[in-house]
Amino acid sequence: MTAPATHETEDATPFTARRAPGCPFDPPPAHRALLPDGDRPAAPPTRVRLWDDSTAWLVARHNDQVALLRDERISADSRRPGYPSVSEASLATRAHNRTFITMDEPEHNEERLRFTGAFTVRRIEGLRPRVTALVDGLLDAMAAAGPPADLVQAFALPLPSLVICELLGVPYADHGFFQRCSRVLIDMRSTPEQALDASQELVDYLTGLLAAKQRNPADDLLSRLATEYVATGIATRDECAKQARLLLIAGHETTANMIALGTCALLRHPEQLAAVRDGDEQQVAGSVEELLRYLTIVHLGRRRTALADIEVGGVTIRAGDGVICANDLANRDPEVFPDPDRLDVGRPARRHLAFGSGPHQCLGQNLARLELRLAYPALLRRFPGLRLDQEFAEIAFRDEMLVYGVHALPVAW
Amino acid sequence: MRITVDTDKCCGAGQCVLAAPEIFDQREDDGIVVLLTEHPPQHLRAAAEEAAQVCPAGAITLALQEAHS
Repeated sequence: MTAPATHETEDATPFTARRAPGCPFDPPPAHRALLPDGDRPAAPPTRVRLWDDSTAWLVARHNDQVALLRDERISADSRRPGYPSVSEASLATRAHNRTFITMDEPEHNEERLRFTGAFTVRRIEGLRPRVTALVDGLLDAMAAAGPPADLVQAFALPLPSLVICELLGVPYADHGFFQRCSRVLIDMRSTPEQALDASQELVDYLTGLLAAKQRNPADDLLSRLATEYVATGIATRDECAKQARLLLIAGHETTANMIALGTCALLRHPEQLAAVRDGDEQQVAGSVEELLRYLTIVHLGRRRTALADIEVGGVTIRAGDGVICANDLANRDPEVFPDPDRLDVGRPARRHLAFGSGPHQCLGQNLARLELRLAYPALLRRFPGLRLDQEFAEIAFRDEMLVYGVHALPVAW
Repeated sequence: MRITVDTDKCCGAGQCVLAAPEIFDQREDDGIVVLLTEHPPQHLRAAAEEAAQVCPAGAITLALQEAHS
């Protein structure tokens, strides 16, 4: 039998989310090797093999990623054949994910700009008293019930869930339902059927809420979508339900995992923890940027398809090729962040790509910043003796979820 | 130092306001950048550079020609 001509997929190394044992805060070593280290120069973008045996370019360097993510010749449309999907479950639900995050210009900005007014720096700053009250309430309840506590369930997950519920106008009483659906959707082990069911349940639920808001509008985002877009015929209720689905999931999963994983990292670095606990507002703000850089919880890269041949980092990415901008690697690029594997809350970290780059950069980033700037110091000041209540080696990290973090964080004080 | 912004590119992320609130603001309805001063004072140069650097859309341009005059 004649051996078939070597196809490039056979040469490509597998894309992995698996981290080194004992190094849960560091990117997978197989990917990490693309970055320069000491005398070792940076490797050019390289082909990786994905779960479905397709291939894509893995881009590691910070400057290459910024250039690509800002490039008009790159597409975020997940319907394109070369698009590198994350898992079978996310491929199955891509129609439900047809919102501005998977659209190109001019469609993208037209839809995104419906929401940006609600997330400006000033509007988000206006939420400070309310978020402070929610933080204090949750910490009061945690103090009254414990120790011990699971920080995820007691604080990290409820805080952003409460905030995004109030912003959207989703009843928090339904949090068990939407958190369960969200968990299925971001679990790479979910089957396409499970993911589709969870996604449809969420879309149906939000469609119902939009209809109710159209009849009885309140001061929230769902009401705005219902009255300004659905009622006027600018958008369908289904389109708005999909946008609300995105905001609901993105609004609680990401910040929840930053709070819990960030606390876990600080507990492992007591001098950094002390700096956050005792820092003034500006120091805490800087610490949040460093934690965003160091942890990069959206850990599977920003995924795109090239629309034209693009030269980057010494290679030519061909039109139609899939591209993965590994923002976890960009955030450890020693040219931008010296001694990148060190958590140093005093360093300037604002150039991190934890929220991505380009026109798709995270819509809710300033809300996330506000919540994190309030959550970390309040938690650490309320419980000065906070400690892990489980062996570090026993903590279950979320390798298999689209958003990295810890499944639970048992703590005592 | 002279600053220009491209409002067509701007995606309303607000990074410039975080970096240099003395120079940039956002429109209330859609978060698009508003340039408060085209010629900010020299002591804001570092903040202006950071804003240009972290703008995700590359919508901010800094010209430093006046530094030489």
